[in-house]
Order: sequence, then structure tokens, then C-alpha cells
Amino acid sequence: MDGMAGQKSTLVWVVNICAFLLVLLWTIPTLGLFVSSFRDRDQIANSGWWQSFSAAEQTGFVRTGTDDDAVQEGGLYVIEGNVTEGDQTLVAWGTGARDPARFQPGDTTEIEDGWQLTVNADGSYRLTSPEPFEMRRGERIFTTTEVPPKFTTGNYQRVLTAEGLGRAFMNTLTVTIPATVIPILIAAFAAYALAWMEFPGRAILTAAVVGLLVVPLQVSLIPLLRLHNEIGIGKGYLGIWLAHTGFGLPLAVYLLRNYMVGLPREVIESARVDGATEFQIFRRIILPLSFPALASFAIFQFLWVWNDLLVATVFLGNTREQLVMTGVLRELMGSKGGEWEILATSAFISIAVPLIVFFAMQKYLVRGLLAGSVKGG
Amino acid sequence: MELFWLAISTIAIGVFGCVAWFWGSNMVLDTIYPPKGPNAGDNIRKANQIRPWLFLGPAILFLTMYLVYPVIDSLWRSLHNSTGSRFVGVDNYTWLLGDGKFRESMRNNMLWLLVVPALSTLFGLIAAQLTDRIRWGNIGKSLIFMPMAISFVGAGVIWKFIYEFRAEGETQIGLLNWIVTRLGGDPQIWLTLIPWNNFFLMIVLVWIQTGFAMVILSAALRGIPEETIEAAILDGASPLQVFMKIKVPQIMGTIAVVWTTITIVVLKVFDIVFVMTNGQWGTQVLANLMYDWMFRGSPDYGRGSAIAIVLMILVTPIMVWNIRNARKEVR
Repeated sequence: MDGMAGQKSTLVWVVNICAFLLVLLWTIPTLGLFVSSFRDRDQIANSGWWQSFSAAEQTGFVRTGTDDDAVQEGGLYVIEGNVTEGDQTLVAWGTGARDPARFQPGDTTEIEDGWQLTVNADGSYRLTSPEPFEMRRGERIFTTTEVPPKFTTGNYQRVLTAEGLGRAFMNTLTVTIPATVIPILIAAFAAYALAWMEFPGRAILTAAVVGLLVVPLQVSLIPLLRLHNEIGIGKGYLGIWLAHTGFGLPLAVYLLRNYMVGLPREVIESARVDGATEFQIFRRIILPLSFPALASFAIFQFLWVWNDLLVATVFLGNTREQLVMTGVLRELMGSKGGEWEILATSAFISIAVPLIVFFAMQKYLVRGLLAGSVKGG
Repeated sequence: MELFWLAISTIAIGVFGCVAWFWGSNMVLDTIYPPKGPNAGDNIRKANQIRPWLFLGPAILFLTMYLVYPVIDSLWRSLHNSTGSRFVGVDNYTWLLGDGKFRESMRNNMLWLLVVPALSTLFGLIAAQLTDRIRWGNIGKSLIFMPMAISFVGAGVIWKFIYEFRAEGETQIGLLNWIVTRLGGDPQIWLTLIPWNNFFLMIVLVWIQTGFAMVILSAALRGIPEETIEAAILDGASPLQVFMKIKVPQIMGTIAVVWTTITIVVLKVFDIVFVMTNGQWGTQVLANLMYDWMFRGSPDYGRGSAIAIVLMILVTPIMVWNIRNARKEVR
């Protein structure tokens, strides 16, 4: 691009900043969840996750001791104690609800008839009076304290054991792997036939596959649920494997066919001339050459099955032992709506595996998308 | 552990079954019509007529049983009463037309249909154009593409956290309300804010789909012949003009593909609404409404199927368009 040098560098800056903002906007939601999954319950409830890297301020009050705690010290009655706990540090304090942060640590104030109150930076306070104290409840000291940022993996331990997510993780894995492997095999053979064998009805079958690509899953739910009940599969793993195989097949056949059509004709023709059977051609030539397309579809199907909620709710039982992770997550959203430490952690566990697969195999995913959309559409 | 072995053995049985079928049936075919001997030529011809169907067999069986048959069965059920015992004609459909929730769902689905594909494609186009021109573009692309791998339910949790509401005066832990209160506004319960809550749900899907649009459109943008762009620049076109008048028109076909693909996703949108509002506060959509009629209380398969068929009718134009495009390409 030509144009004046100054203009160009401004444009580059603008582009960089815009791109950065866009990426930030798209990343922040997930980041928030990720950060929150490592915070403890009180901190999540008291401050936004974006504030979690700086010290969090908390306000509250504590009561001093009463008459019983007073000791005599050279003519003065003294009550001593500490207003902070744990790793809190005192920022400010006060004696009235109206102005709870009136004094700095170290200040001394007179409360009433000779009572002197001092609160130090370490949280220790000293209340003195020339006369014996006469109070049933302690004086209130309002505090503003700071807690250093704190992160924990406790949420993960709790969620994996107590909330049953560990079990759900296994269930999801059990659903996903067969539901990914089986359609690939079936589709690969069909795709080869559609791409490289001559037979009447090939064009119509190919068109039918394209058509079936968009059939809404919802249409299948009622009929298949009844069919499964009638033929005795009922609700269970077998049913959901079969269902996912059926639903994934159009895309699988379509992707693989598009890819296989593009393989070099000479290789297949010469193998045929050499007397290789179709089965041999398929196994020795087509399958190895089609690896990228097979990988693309495998990722699609894996992500789709792993992330699915609808098919799992319908074809798998809904007891605690049978739920997949999306199901547990959905249930938690209902029952633990406000407990974000549980929700965030569970959600993150459920999206961790797809994210790993995504980042590791992104190349194939992109390739598959391009083959599925740009070429065919 | 038991489960693990169940899964492993299923894979083994499934894989073995498939291989056995394909290998076995091929072998049987070759035994019946041996490709040698006196009738070799004739046999090969006959075998080649049958073989495609052996390869296609399982796929056709699955497609028929899991996709074709259900469409027909749904159609049949939609013309029957709740249990399928009595023929009721188009009663279920006339009931749908008069039902408030159905109308609300149709209205919302249409809104989703207008907003989500448009915004996703727009953001995808912007993201593609921006990330193609910077050094760290690939990392940027990955990050924008990432929500694609997140389940709708997971995305629901993520965004519900952003929309989280705390009463006025308390610390806002939801990002959106925090920003709003920082700017001097009042915190809102976004998900119950009729009618805007629909848009807050749509944002979730836009967030997920933008990456998809970006990936496809970026490939298309890179496929544009350099000469057309260079010519425009020589003629003094500004970068924006180059983008709007040279690049966008050339990738219109791809934009249409992206748009229709997202449209299909939108029509079927279920999980997001299901977990975030469950169709309350005026956010019902067709897929969720259908789920309601199928599983809540006493199931009404007639009405549920009728809603499913409405969905099917809505995707049909895209189906036809897709098939025509695909056939054009084959020729």
C-alpha cells in the first residue's frame, strides 16, 4: 500500500489498537470465568474479578470487650484486643456508622467522659477509662481493611468430588469417544463410494446428504425417543451413541466426500489397473490420504458431542449418576445460582477439554470449516 | 472405571463391527462374483454394481433411521393428538397460530434471525480484515475463534456472570453492571429487562459465531486477486473504499454462505435460552418451546411435533439453496 509514510504508520496504529480492543472484548468473558474459578467464595461475593489482582477493601465493624475484659493499669481501666483477623491490614477506622473511616490507624479519640480509644495499624486497639466501665455490650469500632489478593484451587477439589463433576466428566468422555469414532468409519466408506464409484443415483444421494445437513435436530427427538423405547434401547449410552452417529453423519459424509473428490485421479485409476480391489484402494490409498479431512471431522464431532446438552438430556437419563457435564452445569445454574465459585469452576472444567483440543488441533478445524463452507455451501 | 471399559469395548465392538461389515460383505461379493475365471468381465461388472451399496449401506441406514424417518414421523405426529392415538388434522397448527407463547417464539426467532447472522458476519468481517493486517494476527484470530470451542451452556454461565446483578449500593460483581454503575447509571437485572433481554441472549451467540465468520471470511479475503486491489489503490482509493467497494463485493458469495450457515444455527438455538432464562420474561424461542411441550408436565407429542415441523419448514429454503449450489458445483 503506498500513500504517505506518516499516514501509513497512523493507520497501522489504528489497526493494531482496534484489533487489540476486539480481541480483548472477545477474551474478557472467558478470562473472568477463569480468574473467578480460583478465587474464594467471600472474595467473589465482595469484589469483581477484575479487582482480584489488587488488594480488596472490606468494611465491617467489631465490638470491643466489655467490663469483664477490663484490667486495671495504674489507675486506668483498660480493654485491649484486635480488630483485624487473618491477613487483613487496617486502612481506616471510626466509631460511628455515619463516618466509619474517620480515623487513621494510630489515631486516638475520646468517646465519652474520659474514655480514650486508640486503634493501631496492626489492628490492636486500647480503650481506657479513669472509671470502671459500665457497659453490657462492647463499643463498636468500624473498620476498613485490606485483604491481599488470594487464589486457591480449593474450588476445583470441591467441585470435582462433592458436586459430582468428576463422575460427569467420565460420563461425558464415555459418550463422546464412541460417538466420534464410529461415524468416521461409516462416513469414510460412504464418502468414498459417493466420490469414486460409478452407480445410478449417486447425484441424488449426494444432494440428499447436503439436504440432510440442515435438518433440525429437534425434528428427530420425539420420533427417535419413541423408536428407541420400542426397539428396547431405551435411555442409555447405546441410544446416545447411535443418535450422535446419525446426527453427525451428514457432515461427515459431506466433508469427506468433498475432500476425497479432490484426490488425484491417476493414483486411484492406476491402482485399479493394477488389479487392486476397491476395498484395498480404500484402505491403502484413500484413508491415509484423507487424514486431514478425517481429523477435521473428528474435531467437529468431538466438540459438538462434548458440548451438546439437548441430545444428552433427551437420550440419556437425568439422574445424578447419568448426567454429562453440560447437564450438571445446567442443574447447578438452577440450584446454585448465586454461588459463582462453584459455577465458574464447573464451567471451566467442562470447557477445558474442548479448549485444549481446539488450541492443539486448530489447523484441522480451520481446514474443515473451509472445506465445509467455502467449497460446498 | 466400569464406564471406561464400557466405552472402550463399545469403540472396539463398533469399529470391529464396521470393519467386519465392510470387509466381510466385500469378500462375500467377491466370492459370488469372482473377478477371474470364465466370466471375469461379467462378474466384475456385476460386482461393481453392487459394491457401492455395500459401502453406502450403513450410512444410508443411519441417515434414514435418524433423519429421514423422524421428519416423516414428526409430520405424522403433528397431525395427531398428544399421544398419537387420534387423527386431528391441522388442529395442532391452528392451535399454534392462536397460542401466545408460539407467537412470542416466532417473533423472537425472527429477531434472532435478523440480529445474530448480521452482527456475527459484520464482526467476523471486521475481525478478519484487522487481523490479516497485523503481525500478531494469528494469535488474535485464535482468541476470537476460541468461543467456538465453548459449549452453549458454558457460554451461558460465562455471560450470566457478566450480567450478574447486585442491589444498588452493593459492590457489583457482574462486569456490565459494574461499568454501568461506574458511569453513573443504576444496576439492572439485564436478563429480565423486557424486551432488551433478548438482545443480551443474542450477544452470547454472536460472541460464539463471530470466530467462525472470521475464519471463513479471512480465507476469502486472502483469495481476492491482488491486481484488483492494486488497481484501486493506484486510482487513489482510500483503504476504506478499497475494503467496501473492491473487497466486499468480491466475497459476497462467501458472505452469503457464512450468513446462511449461522442462520441455521440460530434457528435451532436452544441451549442458551434454556439455561439462561428458560424462555421466561419474553425470551421464548421455538426450540425451547418445543422442548417444553415434549418434556414438561404431561408431554404433548402432537403439539411438540408441530413446532418441530415449523422449524423444518423454516430451514427448507436454505436446504434447497444449498442443494442447488452443491449440484452446480458437481457439474
